[in-house]
Amino acid sequence: MTDTLRQEPSLAGHDEGAVVSPEAESGLWSDAWKQLRRRPLFIISGVVIIVLLVMALFPSLFTSVDPTFQVLDRSGEAPNASSWFGRDLFGRDVYARAIYGAGPSLAVGLLASLGTVVVGSLAGLTMGYFRGLTDSVLSRIGEIFAGIPFVLGGIVILTSLNKPGEIVGSTRLIVQVVLTIVLLSWPLAMRIMRAAALASSQQDYVKAARALGAGPLRIMFRHMLPNCLAPVLVYGTIQLGVFIGAEATLSYLGIGLKDPVVSWGVMISEVQARIIQMPHALFFPAAFLVVTVLAFVMMGDALRDALDPRGR
Amino acid sequence: MTDAAPLLEVEDLRVEFGKGADTASVLNGVSYRVEAGETLAVLGESGSGKSVTAQTIMGILDTPPGRITGGAVRFKGEELLGADRERRRLLRGESMAMIFQDALSALNPVYTVGAQIAEQFRFRRGMSKKDAMVRAAELLDQVKIPNAKQRVKEYPHQFSGGMRQRAMIAMSLALDPELLIADEPTTALDVTVQAQIMELLDELRRERDMGMILITHDLGVVAEVADRIAVMYAGRIVEEADAATLYAHPAHPYTRGLMASVPRLDSSRGQLDPIPGLPPSLTNIPPGCPFHPRCAHADFRGRAPQSSVSGDRCRTELPLLRVLEDPAAGPEGHRAACHFAEQFVAASPEEVLTP
Repeated sequence: MTDTLRQEPSLAGHDEGAVVSPEAESGLWSDAWKQLRRRPLFIISGVVIIVLLVMALFPSLFTSVDPTFQVLDRSGEAPNASSWFGRDLFGRDVYARAIYGAGPSLAVGLLASLGTVVVGSLAGLTMGYFRGLTDSVLSRIGEIFAGIPFVLGGIVILTSLNKPGEIVGSTRLIVQVVLTIVLLSWPLAMRIMRAAALASSQQDYVKAARALGAGPLRIMFRHMLPNCLAPVLVYGTIQLGVFIGAEATLSYLGIGLKDPVVSWGVMISEVQARIIQMPHALFFPAAFLVVTVLAFVMMGDALRDALDPRGR
Repeated sequence: MTDAAPLLEVEDLRVEFGKGADTASVLNGVSYRVEAGETLAVLGESGSGKSVTAQTIMGILDTPPGRITGGAVRFKGEELLGADRERRRLLRGESMAMIFQDALSALNPVYTVGAQIAEQFRFRRGMSKKDAMVRAAELLDQVKIPNAKQRVKEYPHQFSGGMRQRAMIAMSLALDPELLIADEPTTALDVTVQAQIMELLDELRRERDMGMILITHDLGVVAEVADRIAVMYAGRIVEEADAATLYAHPAHPYTRGLMASVPRLDSSRGQLDPIPGLPPSLTNIPPGCPFHPRCAHADFRGRAPQSSVSGDRCRTELPLLRVLEDPAAGPEGHRAACHFAEQFVAASPEEVLTP
């Protein structure tokens, strides 16, 4: 071993320097963070998302007007000094409603993407690890759900859950809409996770973990999951925007969230018969919706660029 | 350990891949044994079944596509092939461990090296995270990684090739296994580092009295550390002897071919003699001796000294691994699977027997 000892001090000295510098403490995530900080796309979308989150959590910071307060004689008023975005059919302040609408809209988006990512990841990870029959069966089940057109599936599920005209509490409605979206979208996340897990399960580190006696759960969650998470997270971020749009679609069709819940989709839905008379009541919630969706899609793009080393 | 069952005994192990006409017979009856404190080197070309044997012993062979069709693997007398999955899992790491060729891909890129070593102490020994990291640093120190206390906090990609392999060795030795399988541990490293890693492995083996199976295709690596050598070809052991005997009197033309294809300092011959041809397709192993299409000696046909056998025997009859009468061989004897093995044993390794 004398050879070794003689050989390695130089190496050690070199590496000791590396330990001190912060650059050395890098992994996939810190590398990604370093890259993200320099991206205008990420900074802009990040700022927009933070503003939206603050808006969703503390709407009273932005407006002191009650979004459900009706002034019927000011119905359909165009934007003016006292109500910046004008008023809707019932004389409610569109600005206040757009601010308060951020909460339910984002809640649906966040919960739906969280649900999709969790369900899809668990399924994909299981398939990637066990392969064979498990993989085939879950793939077919996934295809059944992926094959249902989203709007049709949403109409069928939500109308069978609630009778037409039935008054449903806002929490229950939000849960129903989220579950519908998750049920119809998990196969996409599952496919992404499955592909990553299949590749990861063939890696030597999985073999090595098995050779050292790690059980299936430890291999799946400790060794494979962190290596497969990046693409699914990117997908989840992009889908978050899409799901906010999906909530608006369902609300517009009258089967999603309903009054008294305020969401952008609900606002768009309420104005559908009077678009010509009061375009501002459509324009502002739609603009919020578009900006939000765009921000999350941009964030997802930036994340993908940062997490996928091939793009560098 | 002379009376008791050997540390590891592999008997007539058979493994196939694929189905129907595409069935590849990867292992066709492999038998070997390893005693505690002994190094068995398994030599052979790529595709000869060295790694598959190792994976079958460890129980990490992917089935499917692999299929164990016969044989036995006994660890200290305990039959493993039919054993309970959980029992086998507990044996891995604890009693037998394996190190891989490419340490970079065998270390998980998202965890620090220390965390990966510590994982075993935490999950198998129930240690706290902190204690486990301290033990991890001690292990890194034992495998002679300088600055172990700092380096436990680094990620695999911050390690050099040799350091990674050391870390991998530390990881596999964490639970003090009695058997270590090293699957081409030095192939991905440059020559100077290779020697250091081999020395380290040898030293650790001696300290811990471990049995070691060293899988390699590098004769130079083997010469220094192996006690016994088993040469594999097309899923069979074709020759087995203690290291000195094998180098002095190779009894199988394939072993001779391997030796002739390696440059030697003490040889005046300027040219290397590669073994002609390619290893056989495992879906279509030639009848008779699987090596005969590449064997320079197969076509003796009457030219062989005192030949009562014809060259056809190589083409039709599968030579079995048999004990040779080699007075120079150690107590384990010298075994080879060649019809003409006795003639080769008698000849010196450099002697060219090509007709």
